[in-house]
Amino acid sequence: MASTETMTINMGPQHPSTHGVLRLVLELDGEIIQKITPHIGYLHRGVEKLSEHRTYHQTLPLTDRLDYLAPMSNNLGYVLAVEKLLDIEVPERAQTIRVIMTELTRLKSHLVWLACHALDIGAMTVFIYAFREREMIMSLYEKISGARMTSNYFRVGGLSQDVYAGFEKDVREVIDTFPGHFDTYEGLLTKNTIWLNRTVGNGVISAEDAVDYGITGPALRGSGVDWDLRRDNPYSGYEKYDFQVPVGKNCDTFDRYQVRLIEMREAVKIIRQALDSLKPGPVLADAPQVCYPPKESVYNSIEGLIHHFKIASEGFAAPEGEVYQGIEAPKGELGFYLVSDGGTKPYRMRIRPPSFVNLGAIEKMSKGSMIADLVAVIGTLDIVLGEIDR
Amino acid sequence: MAENNRAVIKLKEQFAASILDIKEFRGEVTVTVKKEEIVAICGFLKTALAYNLLTDVTAVDYLGREPRFMVVYNLYSIPNKDRLRVKAPVTEGDGAIASLTPLWNSANWLEREVFDLFGIVFTGHPDLRRILLTDEWVGHPLRKDYPLQGPDREPYKGRLS
Repeated sequence: MASTETMTINMGPQHPSTHGVLRLVLELDGEIIQKITPHIGYLHRGVEKLSEHRTYHQTLPLTDRLDYLAPMSNNLGYVLAVEKLLDIEVPERAQTIRVIMTELTRLKSHLVWLACHALDIGAMTVFIYAFREREMIMSLYEKISGARMTSNYFRVGGLSQDVYAGFEKDVREVIDTFPGHFDTYEGLLTKNTIWLNRTVGNGVISAEDAVDYGITGPALRGSGVDWDLRRDNPYSGYEKYDFQVPVGKNCDTFDRYQVRLIEMREAVKIIRQALDSLKPGPVLADAPQVCYPPKESVYNSIEGLIHHFKIASEGFAAPEGEVYQGIEAPKGELGFYLVSDGGTKPYRMRIRPPSFVNLGAIEKMSKGSMIADLVAVIGTLDIVLGEIDR
Repeated sequence: MAENNRAVIKLKEQFAASILDIKEFRGEVTVTVKKEEIVAICGFLKTALAYNLLTDVTAVDYLGREPRFMVVYNLYSIPNKDRLRVKAPVTEGDGAIASLTPLWNSANWLEREVFDLFGIVFTGHPDLRRILLTDEWVGHPLRKDYPLQGPDREPYKGRLS
């Protein structure tokens, strides 16, 4: 009889399929995983601590750097939390543009998920295709905010500026190509034997266990829980749009793949509806205590300059209280919990990161499976370390 | 109104002696309870009122106030689509509260993070180690008396520049 001693090996932090600096200490019996000890925190920048020393406007750029694959979703969660705390109403046009941009962000984030997930389990073509399409959204990002990744485009009360002329046409041109791209991905993967062998029955987690581990977003819906914050606790006018919430039933990696693909198709539908309903109007709330003045007024009048200076230097005071705002980010429920003591800086800001909580279930999902399948589980959880470590 | 909230009505019936405060702000209900009863109350909310998702566990350091820490639990009910925030005060001298890991596995990592960054001990936690910082780290950065620029520097007084 051969000896049955277990072997401990180290996966990461520099490993191509850990999607960043994730380190997993694996205890293996042959190729079977007995125990996983994740080590995280390599990217910890203390965003929550930093935010206690910055005004509400100054904290906004930090949120871009959490889930850097979906910057506008982070921006949205944060500005909605601050707006709730201040109790200010955002103009309709700004809300609609926010929806367009966050749904584009969902596409962008899911494309990276699909690309890397497929690459990890051997389908390189999809990686090249998905990154090609992501580039189109990055170009839109650049045109609208000046930055490809750290967009910092939303503001407390609305948007930093209105969209450029021709924005609607550009977005339509981009999203009109997407249904065809989705068909291409599905043609490459959905009936591909290798893909099916690697994903069907992999990383199974039942609906009860998924809720117990706090999993949210597409990973939870893949386990058959019909819950989407955009539909169930709508924000930013999501109640006006007609979209399906896809749900899986086999609780495995393949179902989560299908859920995300349908979500991308639904995102395109939401963007179309939002573009159709886009009307001219202001993009910033009428709240001079809170919002920056328009740039023309800053450059051309002394009052505008003083106004800008006051808001940029001392910020605005928020009423005493505490609020929590959760949004359906591409990776799950992203929540911002703000505690204000009445000052111009948050007394405490807590970010509830979806990836962090989802990663907590990794041992549950891959214990007893082969080490090669762990790579598929990491991919299907769609983690991003910037958000886990904050 | 907070009094009409379905959870508040039931909690008042069952745990009247343990409720310290009930507040509503911007449509969100916060119930502050004695920390001794936290497991019983959260267990009741989970089983009897279907608050089945423990969204978040965090803490707030009210330096200079007594009790100093407030541990905050954000609960969500997937069947009823509503939220409830439960808070429990923890004194600096004691610095401990019972772990919710017997009720939810999601409490495992979330409580480890609070332990790491605030130094609050969760009794009964199966694996209470630091999670974001290294094991040999000294201090708990999210405490208000931990300087922003690090432990060996002057406390931060003005704006970053």
